[in-house]
Amino acid sequence: MKDRFFVRLFVDRALRGACLLSTVLALVPLASVLWFVVVRGAHGLSLTFFTGLPKPVGEPGGGMAHAIVGSLEIVGIACAMGIPAGVLAGIHLAESEDTRFGRFVRFSADVMAGVPSIAVGLFVYVLVVRRMQGFSALAGAIALAVLMLPTITRATEELLRLVPESLREAALGLGVPKWRATLRVMLRTAAPGIATGIMLAVARAMGESAPLLFTSFNNRGWASSPAEPTASLPVNIYTYAVSPYADWHEQAWAAALVLVTLVLCLNIAARWLVRGRLP
Amino acid sequence: MTDRTNVVRLRDTAADSGELSRDASRPRLEKPDAQSVKMRTVGLRAFYGDVQVLKAIDLPIVERQVTAVIGPSGCGKSTFVRSLNRMHEVVPGARIEGQVLLDERDIYARDVDPVRVRRRVGMVFQKPNPFPTLSIRDNVLAGLVLNRVRVSDPDALVEKALRQAALWDEVKDVLARSGTSLSGGQQQRLCMARALALEPEVLLMDEPCSALDPIATARVEELIHELRQSYTIVVVTHNMQQAARVANLTAFFYMGELVEYDRTDTVFTRPKERRTEDYITGRFG
Repeated sequence: MKDRFFVRLFVDRALRGACLLSTVLALVPLASVLWFVVVRGAHGLSLTFFTGLPKPVGEPGGGMAHAIVGSLEIVGIACAMGIPAGVLAGIHLAESEDTRFGRFVRFSADVMAGVPSIAVGLFVYVLVVRRMQGFSALAGAIALAVLMLPTITRATEELLRLVPESLREAALGLGVPKWRATLRVMLRTAAPGIATGIMLAVARAMGESAPLLFTSFNNRGWASSPAEPTASLPVNIYTYAVSPYADWHEQAWAAALVLVTLVLCLNIAARWLVRGRLP
Repeated sequence: MTDRTNVVRLRDTAADSGELSRDASRPRLEKPDAQSVKMRTVGLRAFYGDVQVLKAIDLPIVERQVTAVIGPSGCGKSTFVRSLNRMHEVVPGARIEGQVLLDERDIYARDVDPVRVRRRVGMVFQKPNPFPTLSIRDNVLAGLVLNRVRVSDPDALVEKALRQAALWDEVKDVLARSGTSLSGGQQQRLCMARALALEPEVLLMDEPCSALDPIATARVEELIHELRQSYTIVVVTHNMQQAARVANLTAFFYMGELVEYDRTDTVFTRPKERRTEDYITGRFG
């Protein structure tokens, strides 16, 4: 008996140790990415980085105000298109009975979630950029919206399904019409979780460069309308990082730091939304 | 399987007056005439897909009385009450044949909106289901707020409904807390307050105490006792003692049929049907 006890104790300790080690290993890349970005990016940060436009090569200084605004603009338009469509599609999937159409949409969403983002960029290039005869923030936003759509749809569906059916019955039993029970009770109850799903989708879209490369393209200055090529942080990071100039490299690091901070803020906001709300 | 033979008319009260006087706590039950029948079902059949779960039920629901619906699991008693406020059809594939008359008007008529029916015929469910995102106060008002009914004095209404549900003293200082922060028994009384705030004409309760402990059950039963002064109540229960305690009238369902319907004391002391007797004496179910 005693031997067995020590064996059990050993296995217990060994597994605990393995778990701890794996956790540390998983945290290493995350921590080092953050560390590198902060250390190397902080150097290039200054007030002009947030307010100024790029200077010609060789001239020191210059900023990325246009790219920060451009990123927010593209993601903003993408949200305006992607969030309502995704949430409504999710509601449809969760509420409608198990129809052939529903299964088809669900399957498509799952497939779409796995499509490489550059392929989405190509798709939008052919469908929108070629037709509009030019790169634009709008095209970039469409690409990002397409990327966000499956995540939001499935998150909404799954979270609505988690809401106990008894709450719907409670609302219907009070003489509330079905649509209003769905909106005011089911959706309301699932809202914190759905918000998290949306935030994660938005954060992911924010960091995408591939689908923007040939949709919103880039711009050295301010775009005067969403129908023009527009700078964004991820694309600028790419352009600056592959350039041969040292001060551009520094700016790319700074842009990366700003981007990581933005995405981090979104993630924290998402977590804050569900804080203490889970049943 | 004939339908009408299952309908048991109420006996003459005159013949039973001696029996009645022995139980002074139970109010005298007059023989139901047309005015006092609040609801009645006529040949009510209920289906889930192809499965028939109710076989032509004819049952009156007498005004300002508590009617208990008893029977073993799966006998259709829940389906029966859910068909009384059109909640049966909420389940996919569920449908109804026959009529349910509320004040002699068929609630399944083509021009009747189920939403309106549910406002007149309130429901309390088996498991307490307060809205977790709403405070206790807002839970009480939920039926009105969700239906966009304007309330001139919401606080007074909240107090009235919570008092009716015998919950006011326990929650009056924590009205802003979440409805799910209460205990199970309190949650169920909150759900009753929520239903009562709409001032329904009929209150349906589908095993309201099955998720509650004995003390909470006693409170809810007391409450049913008080509420029958002003409401018509139908309570489903698998607990025969509970039926005997709270109901003036009892309907016994078995395998989707209405086997017996009579005054509660008659059903429990002198059942006419063999199956009723077997069930009540615990031979099955």
